[in-house]
Amino acid sequence: MPAISFQSVSKTYPVAHGGALRALDGVSFDIEEGEFFGLLGPNGAGKTTLISVLAGLVRPTAGRVAVRGFDVQSQYVQARRQLGVVPQELVFDPFFNVRETLRLQSGYFGVAHNDDWIDELLASLGLADKADSNMRQLSGGMKRRVLVAQALVHKPPVIVLDEPTAGVDVELRQTLWQFIARLNRQGHTVLLTTHYLEEAEALCSRIAMLKAGQVVALERTSELLRAASSNVLRFKVDGELPPQFAAKARVTGRVVQLPAADAHAIERYLAGVREAGLRVEDVEIRKADLEDVFLDVMSKHGPQAVTA
Amino acid sequence: MTGWRTLFYKEVLRFWKVSFQTVAAPVLTAVLYMLIFGHVLQDHVKVYDKISYTAFLVPGLVMMSVLQNSFANSSSSLIQSKIMGSLVFVLLTPLSHWSWFVAYVASSVARGLAVGAGVFAVTALFGRPGIVAPLWIFAFALLGAAMLGALGIIAGLWAEKFDQMAAFQNFVIMPMTFLSGVFYSIHSLPSFWQDVSHLNPFFYMIDGFRYGFFGVSDVSPWLSLAIVGVAFVAVSAVAVHLLRIGYKIRS
Repeated sequence: MPAISFQSVSKTYPVAHGGALRALDGVSFDIEEGEFFGLLGPNGAGKTTLISVLAGLVRPTAGRVAVRGFDVQSQYVQARRQLGVVPQELVFDPFFNVRETLRLQSGYFGVAHNDDWIDELLASLGLADKADSNMRQLSGGMKRRVLVAQALVHKPPVIVLDEPTAGVDVELRQTLWQFIARLNRQGHTVLLTTHYLEEAEALCSRIAMLKAGQVVALERTSELLRAASSNVLRFKVDGELPPQFAAKARVTGRVVQLPAADAHAIERYLAGVREAGLRVEDVEIRKADLEDVFLDVMSKHGPQAVTA
Repeated sequence: MTGWRTLFYKEVLRFWKVSFQTVAAPVLTAVLYMLIFGHVLQDHVKVYDKISYTAFLVPGLVMMSVLQNSFANSSSSLIQSKIMGSLVFVLLTPLSHWSWFVAYVASSVARGLAVGAGVFAVTALFGRPGIVAPLWIFAFALLGAAMLGALGIIAGLWAEKFDQMAAFQNFVIMPMTFLSGVFYSIHSLPSFWQDVSHLNPFFYMIDGFRYGFFGVSDVSPWLSLAIVGVAFVAVSAVAVHLLRIGYKIRS
């Protein structure tokens, strides 16, 4: 039985002036027990809507979602006990301190006398000295840690993290991933959405990519990387790229990265740039990473392709 | 403590942590009413024989405070946690709509009764009413607080902004409490307004509650109990239905 099963899930929101926004359009895939699964996609692709449907915060217009066999609508009590969700928004209840927050969350799930596990969570997430601090006094990073602890307080077998590292420092990211990876090794299933593709590449064994509410890629991470163009030419340039290259390039400030299947492609790029009168520095050739794959998949599925 | 009891405990803790604002302030407001109305009207208004106006005023002020604070508890908790986003922590849990209902209503009753006890303790210093039938007092306080707690759930779910919540409070709850006979017997009103008052369920709460203190009332306490009971069931049915469908909290 899969840990999470999405079956033809669609969600349509009515919008002003009588139109409708299709946030999810027939999404189907399964996540197996014990997987570390990545859900990627640009902003507005439907990642958070899909997680909200899974968590019971949003009702799908069509389709079915099950967590370890329990339907998230008709068997929501059992389904939600299996799930620990870290929401994307940095929200907190200002009336309580960290320990109270965790005890309350534990009680909602029917878990009494949970202080041993709460202490372990606090220690693992570097919150032990903040247990008696009011939520209002915590920094953004600390509040994010409490959100993670709240999601794990009832020891859910399935953990869902919706962009947990958005805007947090390197130290927390390290702490968080070590802890989540440990839970994954212990058998917990993890579903992660993130914009940091190097995190997804390092952690996730399988990845689904969403665009405009549809699944446009669903593969093992290693397969995705293998299928991508094998090399990337990276260099710095002091002017604007010729238009025939600009369409294919990943540009970050002066740094240009171009997919290059072989030595011919590399020669062609460099010659083209030189002919355009540009000066090239710091040339290097590297292996394609998940970000290259992501951009490739997204560009192949243009808006016209996915709305058809 | 698990399930709905945790949510109840959290809601009680929430108002108790700011009890200066949620309990002490309404007690002070009631004392001000007592000082102003009691002092000005003491020699001018006689509602029942052998009962001073200040003594008459005590149960009215107590019940008004119970009702307003019960409403304020569930409604302000829901609107605040909706706007701040922290309602998601409860939305993610397996708590059923009945658990939500029981927890929010019971915590509203707790705050209503805490404020009511405080108002009674202080206003009774000005004019001591007797206690003829404590069971009636308790029954109407409990039922009135529960109904306003349920009404607060409806308002808290419906309102999307603090502005809308203030409108509900100022244009529905305040007029209904003030026009229910807190400060007067409805027999002192022209007959048209007496008929209008009979349409207001708050009138029966206060009239029945007052019966417990003096043994006299404008209408039979049994009739008041029946009307308040039906009103509570009707308001609760709407509140439970809205919680079940996740009205404005689950899209």
